[in-house]
Amino acid sequence: MKGFIIKEFLHIFRDLRTMLILFGMPVAQVLLFGFAITNEINHANIAVLDQAKDEISIKITDKILSSGYFDLKAVLNSPDEIEAAFGRGEIKEVVVFEPYFAQKLEKEGRVNIQIITDASDPNTASLLFNYTSGIVRDYSREMMENKQPPLQISIESTMLYNPELKGVFMFVPGTITILLMLVSAMMTSISIAREKELGTMEVLLVSPLKPIQIIVGKVLPYILLSFINASVILILAFTVFGMPINGSLIFLLLESILFIVMALSMGIFISTVSKTQQQAMLLSMFVLMLPTILLSGFIFPIENMPMPLQILSNIMPSRWFIIIVKGIMIKGLGIAYVWKETLILVAMTVFFIGLSVKKFNIRLG
Amino acid sequence: MTTNRPNVIEVRNLVKKFGDFIANDNLTFDVKQGEIFGFLGANGAGKTTAMKILCGLQAPTSGDIKVAGFDVYHQTNKIKQNIGYMSQRFSLYEDLTVKQNFQFYGGIYGLSGKQIKERTEYFLNKLELSHVANKILKEIPLGWKQKLAFSVAVLHHPKIVFLDEPTGGVDPITRRQFWEMIYEAANEGITVFVTTHYMDEAEYCERVCIMVDGRIEAMDTPSALKNKYEVTSMNEVFIRLARAQSTEQ
Amino acid sequence: MRTILYILQKEFRQIFREKAMLIIIFIIPMVQLTILSFTATFEIKNTNIAIIDHDHSHESRNLIRKFEGSSFFTMSAFYDSYEQGAEALKKGKVHQLLIIQPNFEKDLKRDGKAKVMVITDAINGSAAAIMSAYAHSILMDFNKQLLVEDFPQLNVNDPIQITVSNWYNPQLNYTTYMVPGILVLLVTIIGMFLSGMNVVKEKELGTIEQINVTPIKKYQFVIGKLLPFWIIAMFEFSFGLVLARFIFGVPMLGSIALQLGTVSVYLIVVLGFGLFVSTITDTMQQAMFISWFFMVIFILMSGLFTPVESMPDWAQTVNTLNPISYFIQINRMIMLKGSVFSDFAQQFYSLVIYAVLMLTLSVWRYRKVA
Repeated sequence: MKGFIIKEFLHIFRDLRTMLILFGMPVAQVLLFGFAITNEINHANIAVLDQAKDEISIKITDKILSSGYFDLKAVLNSPDEIEAAFGRGEIKEVVVFEPYFAQKLEKEGRVNIQIITDASDPNTASLLFNYTSGIVRDYSREMMENKQPPLQISIESTMLYNPELKGVFMFVPGTITILLMLVSAMMTSISIAREKELGTMEVLLVSPLKPIQIIVGKVLPYILLSFINASVILILAFTVFGMPINGSLIFLLLESILFIVMALSMGIFISTVSKTQQQAMLLSMFVLMLPTILLSGFIFPIENMPMPLQILSNIMPSRWFIIIVKGIMIKGLGIAYVWKETLILVAMTVFFIGLSVKKFNIRLG
Repeated sequence: MTTNRPNVIEVRNLVKKFGDFIANDNLTFDVKQGEIFGFLGANGAGKTTAMKILCGLQAPTSGDIKVAGFDVYHQTNKIKQNIGYMSQRFSLYEDLTVKQNFQFYGGIYGLSGKQIKERTEYFLNKLELSHVANKILKEIPLGWKQKLAFSVAVLHHPKIVFLDEPTGGVDPITRRQFWEMIYEAANEGITVFVTTHYMDEAEYCERVCIMVDGRIEAMDTPSALKNKYEVTSMNEVFIRLARAQSTEQ
Repeated sequence: MRTILYILQKEFRQIFREKAMLIIIFIIPMVQLTILSFTATFEIKNTNIAIIDHDHSHESRNLIRKFEGSSFFTMSAFYDSYEQGAEALKKGKVHQLLIIQPNFEKDLKRDGKAKVMVITDAINGSAAAIMSAYAHSILMDFNKQLLVEDFPQLNVNDPIQITVSNWYNPQLNYTTYMVPGILVLLVTIIGMFLSGMNVVKEKELGTIEQINVTPIKKYQFVIGKLLPFWIIAMFEFSFGLVLARFIFGVPMLGSIALQLGTVSVYLIVVLGFGLFVSTITDTMQQAMFISWFFMVIFILMSGLFTPVESMPDWAQTVNTLNPISYFIQINRMIMLKGSVFSDFAQQFYSLVIYAVLMLTLSVWRYRKVA
């Protein structure tokens, strides 16, 4: 048994390239995504079609541009140019001022600004509209300042847990999850499928080792590897991204181990249903990667999905782990709050291990 | 009796180094057309390396080497047109059927559809393996697979066929049949270059070359070698040579 | 040419022999396209809000009714104390709390000033910003309504009106946006992994040695290895287009020929990339990890999920090396905006350069040695 585990370690550590990928790449990815993946708007390219060019339209334009959210990419002279500018994809929004803007405002007390968005990307379009209209409304309110309304409800707004609305609070837990899932599940599924494909599995199966020992031996090195990975990612999250760890670190690590074991047991299961490495890999990729990104609440909030998909997301282990990680790191929760999610992960682990052992034994018999 | 046939392989001062390790140390030999030339030696003596160089799979460090009249440095593709090769490790497609493997390699060597069909039938009949023609290779026994691999190697009727330990892991009866196939190929004028570490197989060769630690220690017909060392089998010749080597060290 | 055909025949036989492979290549991606395209939306609806009304007055009830009437919010609970609300936030049962202070109505009538508190779970920062903005706008509306009731002569409207027109997608339908992107993604995964695993598989199983002693030319080998997967991926892409049109009703404003033309170049990039990885590795495991690493980076930075414009400048610079990003842009432009070739010529030429580079690298790196 000991010799067998050592062999597994040797397989992994002997090859520098694999090592580099296993340790270097997750770190590179966390850094890249932590900084790069965000859906906040900054420096969005817009165009202005100012048919008035008077004091007020210029002032509003300045106000929009000085917010830092927008870059002026083009100044358009006629409505006919809008379509071409959108077609080339160089701008996302056009702000249109009607002719005689200031004059109209003074005479009629009412004037119109039209915002045209490229809604082929609806997410960005609605964000851009919200930002722009917010700026215009502020300006409009400033103008009315002297006419303070006689009745006012003041709103005290608190942003709990993440007052600066940092994107990393959302993306770091997701990134940890996806990396642990992929490294653990893919690695094991492929390493077992490899032994099957190259015929070395038969040698192991005729040895006096029990199937369960073989599985444990295969999996143990990856538990260690993934655990080191998880720790490195957590350290990065804490030091580089300023993620707090408000809850118990030990509890967080324990939950991570649980998730790793869950992912590994999924990997084992995948390997038992696939005949070749290629199958194992494509299965892991499709069954694990896209659903982990899309159905776990990593990027897209689950509440916003259609009902059938919300129900489907319940079987995604990563959904529960993300809730746990956010709970512990950001909200500082303990087991009293996440016992349900923990239990679900435990149940999933047991399910996959049971299924794999059964498959394994059938093949032997 | 072999003297009047032309040389198809000419090797002069072949050296192959991997870093400091010298795999082939100054080899010089010729192989004549239609000859069955045995390359003997223990594991790691440098047989496979030399063979891979002759097949154009590896470049030599130095030396003048011609195979089928072409130079191994610049004309490897011309060489490959004229040779067949059977690797030490079984390397046909296990997930294709017997027929499909023949079809694929025939196509790669530029045989016409009709030729492929004829040659496939010819070999399957001769090997008495027609009944497995549509089975995938994974499902048939190793001995049969080795015979098929040999057929694939001579499918396009090459000038020379290189066999790298073709009978490894094969039972004695199949080995016997295998050598019959080799003789048949030689009768058709195909030069056979075969490596082996089974000394009894060396007896079947017209001429053998014994390698020890990257060098050629002896080269002649089996009977001449046995006379020279005054022994009765090639096995003993080999043990003599190997022992001489180790006492030297 | 005949040689290439023989390689093609062999590759197809190997792929189609395995039923499991067929399911993985053709069925799973299409199912995923159908399901996952619905997941990707930032549109926020049904925000769970809890109300803590300390006033229990006529006006506070009016205000609550206003929240109830909004489709954006789902009233999930009424609590008596802040502690109960905070607990619900912790458990993730609600995302927002609206707290109405005692004497809300009295303060409003007497001083013309009253206070409410809105507490938002801000872990998802961008969602929190939107939730908070919605709550604000309902409160402002409520305020305006009170003003109109009490001071009918007052002009309560903002002098500057804002109207919006959302071009190309007036309903802000998120699935039409995601479908072209996810389709690109699935085709990319299939293409890169099939080609990336292929040559290295022959190395690992030893079959490449037998190929290497044949007189086959390098270019024949490379074409023979790329073409089968190119055909499969093209087929898959076309099938995806049909799904996009008839299941998702994606507009398809541009020319189909243009779309197929660009995807055919893009696939050469993807397959060439896979093939290159395959030539520099010895085992499928290594090849897989390298492809996987680039794949995850390419995908997450492609602009599929989060807008490229939001990334910091250095990340956008890194992204100029990301073929997936180029092609998702092109594909969306053609399908959703009906863009013509000159609109994305620059991205297209980048892909062409990429394709040439990848092919050259793989032909160069593929050695006919053992």
